Amino acid sequence: MRHIIAVLLENEAGALSRVAGLFSARGYNIESLTVAPTDDPTLSRMTLVTTGNDDIVEQIKKQLNKLVDTVKLLDLCEGPHIEREMMLVKVRAERRDREELKRLVDIFRAKIIDVTDTSYVIELTGATHKLDAFIDTVAEELIIEVVRSGPTGISRGEKGLTI
Amino acid sequence: MTLSVEPDEMGADAAEGPSGPLLSGGEIVVQALADEGVECVFGYPGGAVLHIYDALFRHGALRHILVRHEQAAAHAADGYSRATGKCGVCLVTSGPGATNVVTGIATAYMDSIPMVVLTGQVPTPVIGSDAFQEVDTVGITRPCVKHNFLVKDVNELALTIRKAFYIATSGRPGPVVVDIPKDVTDPGIKVPYAYPREVRMRSYSPIEKGHSGQIRRAVELMRAAKRPVFYTGGGVVLGEASGQLTELVRESGFPITSTLMGLGAYPTSDRQFLGMLGMHGTYEANMAMHETDVLIAIGARFDDRVTGKIEHFCPNAKIIHVDVDPSSISKNVKVDVPIVGQVGKVLEEMLRLYREQPAVSGTDTALAAWWEQIAQWRALDCLQYDRTSSTIKPQFAIETLHKVTKGDLYLTSDVGQHQMFAAQFYGFDKPRRWINSGGLGTMGFGLPAAIGVQLGHPDAQVACVSGEASILMCIQELATCMQYGLPIKVILLNNGYMGMVRQWQEFFYDGRYAHSYVDAVPDFVKLAESFGHVGMRVERPEELESAMQEAFAMTDRFVFLDVVVDPTENVYPMIAAGKGQHEMQLSPSLSDRELA
Ligand SMILES: Cc1cc2nc3c(=O)[nH]c(=O)nc-3n(C[C@H](O)[C@H](O)[C@H](O)COP(=O)(O)OP(=O)(O)OC[C@H]3O[C@@H](n4cnc5c(N)ncnc54)[C@H](O)[C@@H]3O)c2cc1C
Ligand SMILES: Cc1ncc(C[n+]2csc(CCOP(=O)(O)OP(=O)(O)O)c2C)c(N)n1
Ligand SMILES: [Mg+2]
Repeated sequence: MRHIIAVLLENEAGALSRVAGLFSARGYNIESLTVAPTDDPTLSRMTLVTTGNDDIVEQIKKQLNKLVDTVKLLDLCEGPHIEREMMLVKVRAERRDREELKRLVDIFRAKIIDVTDTSYVIELTGATHKLDAFIDTVAEELIIEVVRSGPTGISRGEKGLTI
Repeated sequence: MTLSVEPDEMGADAAEGPSGPLLSGGEIVVQALADEGVECVFGYPGGAVLHIYDALFRHGALRHILVRHEQAAAHAADGYSRATGKCGVCLVTSGPGATNVVTGIATAYMDSIPMVVLTGQVPTPVIGSDAFQEVDTVGITRPCVKHNFLVKDVNELALTIRKAFYIATSGRPGPVVVDIPKDVTDPGIKVPYAYPREVRMRSYSPIEKGHSGQIRRAVELMRAAKRPVFYTGGGVVLGEASGQLTELVRESGFPITSTLMGLGAYPTSDRQFLGMLGMHGTYEANMAMHETDVLIAIGARFDDRVTGKIEHFCPNAKIIHVDVDPSSISKNVKVDVPIVGQVGKVLEEMLRLYREQPAVSGTDTALAAWWEQIAQWRALDCLQYDRTSSTIKPQFAIETLHKVTKGDLYLTSDVGQHQMFAAQFYGFDKPRRWINSGGLGTMGFGLPAAIGVQLGHPDAQVACVSGEASILMCIQELATCMQYGLPIKVILLNNGYMGMVRQWQEFFYDGRYAHSYVDAVPDFVKLAESFGHVGMRVERPEELESAMQEAFAMTDRFVFLDVVVDPTENVYPMIAAGKGQHEMQLSPSLSDRELA
C-alpha cells in the first residue's frame, strides 16, 4: 500500500542524506521525497511517499524515528488528510490546440502561467491522481516537459504535526 | 564569534573567559575527554590531528595507547567497552586513518557497543576540494554509526563531544563519530570552555520504562505457560541486567538459552541454562525453542543465525520481546507482546508482577514434564567429541583452558571455528567475560580487543582465542602489547585451515576447498619472540595442560601459545542455511543414532 509519511527533522547538514541513505541501505521503496525548512528555521519538514506491506511500512517508520535527527513523524494515511502535489507542464500550443488546452485547464482548475506563440506552461495543484489524470487527458504529442514536486500533505482537523 | 590569541601565548596557562577558561579546539578535545571521565584513548597520529596530539602531550594526564593500525584502535576501544561497560574512545587522523577505522566502527555498530571515534578532517576552507588526505568521513561512516557529526565551529566542539558520549551510551548503544577539521583545533584560536554537564535533545529521547500494561500481559502469559523458554541476548549484558535476569529465571524455574552475545549474563554452569542456541547452539536449546509455547525474548534481536528459516521458528509459541530499540521488535519475527524499555527496569517490574500473580493450576506439572523432555534432549550430549584422539581436538583445548584458568578469564575471540568452540566449551558465569564480534564477524578483532580489555582490567587474566588465519589480520598489535607490557595470552587453535570456511566447503561444496588452506603459515613462536614476547608450541594432548599452566604462570609476560589442533574437526551441532531450528546436523558419532 502507498503511504505518505511526514517527518519533522532537525534542520542540520546531512539530515536529508541520512534519510536517503536509510532507504537505499535497507532496500525500501521511495516514490518521492520533498523537503524544506518550516516556519521554525531550526526544523525541516519532509514528506516521503513509499509503498510496502504493513510490516515493511512499520519498519520504515521505526527506522525513521530512530534517526537521531528525527523529531517527530506522522503517517498521514493513518487518518483523514489532504494531499497536494504541484505540477508544471510545458505543452505545444498552436492553432486549434490552444482552445482545447484552455478548456482542459478550466476543467482541472489549473492555470496557464506562461504563454508564447507556440507554447503554454500550465500549473496544476492537486492530489497525485488528479495530476495523473490531467497528463492522461492531454494528447501525448503536445507535451514537451513535465515537472512534479512530489506530494506533500497535512492532516485534517485541528491537530498538527508540530513540536 | 571566536576569540583569537597570539600563537606565542599558546603555552600559557589558560586565561579565564567570560564563562570558563580560554582553550583552543585541540585543548577542548582533550579537556572534554578528561571531563567525561575517559581513562584511555586508543589512537594513531597524523597531520589532521596534530594539534590535538600536541594538546594531549601538554595535558599529560590523559592516557593514550598507541596502536599499530587504526582498525586496532577501534577494536581496542570496543574491547575496553565490552569488558568495562564504559564508553570506548579512539582518535585517528583524516583520510586513511578514517578509512582504516571503518571496519572497527562497523564491528561495534553491529554489536551495539558504545564508542566515540574522533577523526581528524582537512581544514574547513578546503573541504570538498580533494585536499590531501581528505575523505568524506561523515558520508563513509553514516551507515555504520549510531550518529555522526562534522564540527565546523570551535564554539560547538565541547557540546558536540558531550552529545556524542550521550548518544553513544544511552538507549541502544552504538558508535558515534565526531569529525574535526584541523582549523577547528587551531592552537591560535581560543574560546571560553565549559563542559556541559547535561545535554537534552528534542529529537532524541530513548525510552526507559516499559509499558506496564504490556508487562502485565507478558506476566500473564508466563504464568499460564506450559513449555516456556527464556531467550536472552547481548542487551542483557549491555543493560547491566544480569542480576535481575538471574532472579526472574530462578523465581520462575523456567529454562533459559542465550545468544552468542548474551553468554555470561546468566551463569552458563547453572542447571537451568540449556546452552547457546542458534546455528551452532545445543540440541536441547534449539529443540526447546522449537517446542516452546511461550518464548520470553530479552535483549536479543532474532538474528538469522538464531532463527534459522523464519517459517519454522518457534511454530507454537506466543512471543514476548523486551528491547530498548523499537525497530528491533517485529523486524524479523512478528511478536505478540512487544515491550520497549531498558531491560533492567522491565525485568524488575516483571519480577514484581510475577510474584504478585497467582500461579495457574496445572502449570507446575506441565513445567515438570517440560523439564523431563529437556532432560531427554540433554542426554544426547550433543557437544560430545573424541576425547581419545591422539591429536589435540580444539574442544579439548578450550576445556583445558577452562580448567587451567578456573573459568576466570576475560576471553576475547577472533572469528571462525575457534570462536564457536570457545562459546560452546569455555563457560561464562559472569557478564562481560566473553568478548567477540558476533554481528559483523570481524576476523582480526580478537587481539586488539584483548588490548582494550587488559587496559580496562589491568589485574585480570586476559586471553585471546584465535585461528592462524584470523590472528594475521591484526598481528602488528603484538608491538602494542610489548610497548605497554600487556600480559595477554594468545591461545591459537592452529588447524592450518580457515576452518569455518573449510567446514562449509566440506558440507555444501562437495569438499572443493577453494583457497581455504592457510599456506605459508609463519612460525608463530619465532614471530612472537621477534616482537619480544614468549612463544610456545604444543602438538600433543598430554602436553597441553602443563603448557597452558606454564603460560598463565608468566603473569607479567605476553605469551603466544600455538596449539596445533586437528585440521579437520567440525563444529556441531549445525543448522544449515534454510533449515529450521529443529533440523540440526549432529556430529557423525550421533547422527546415526535414532533421535528421541
Ligand atoms: C561464525 C559465527 C557464528 C555464529 N553463530 C551463532 C550461533 O550459533 N548462535 C548465536 O546466537 N549467534 C551466533 N552468531 C552471532 C550472530 O551473528 C549475532 O551476532 C547474534 O546472534 C546476535 O545476538 P543478540 O540477539 O543477543 O543481539 P545483539 O547484537 O547483542 O543485540 C542486542 C539487542 O538488545 C537490545 N538492547 C541493547 N541494550 C539494551 C538494553 N539496555 N535494554 C534492552 N534492550 C537492549 C538491542 O536493541 C538489540 O536488539 C555467530 C556469529 C559468527 C561470526
Ligand atoms: C575480515 C573477514 N574476512 C573474511 C571472513 C570470512 N571468514 C569467516 S571464518 C573464516 C576463517 C577463519 O579461519 P581461522 O582464523 O584459522 O579460524 P578457524 O575457523 O580455522 O578456527 C573466514 C575467512 C571474516 N569473517 N572476516
Ligand atoms: Mg584455522
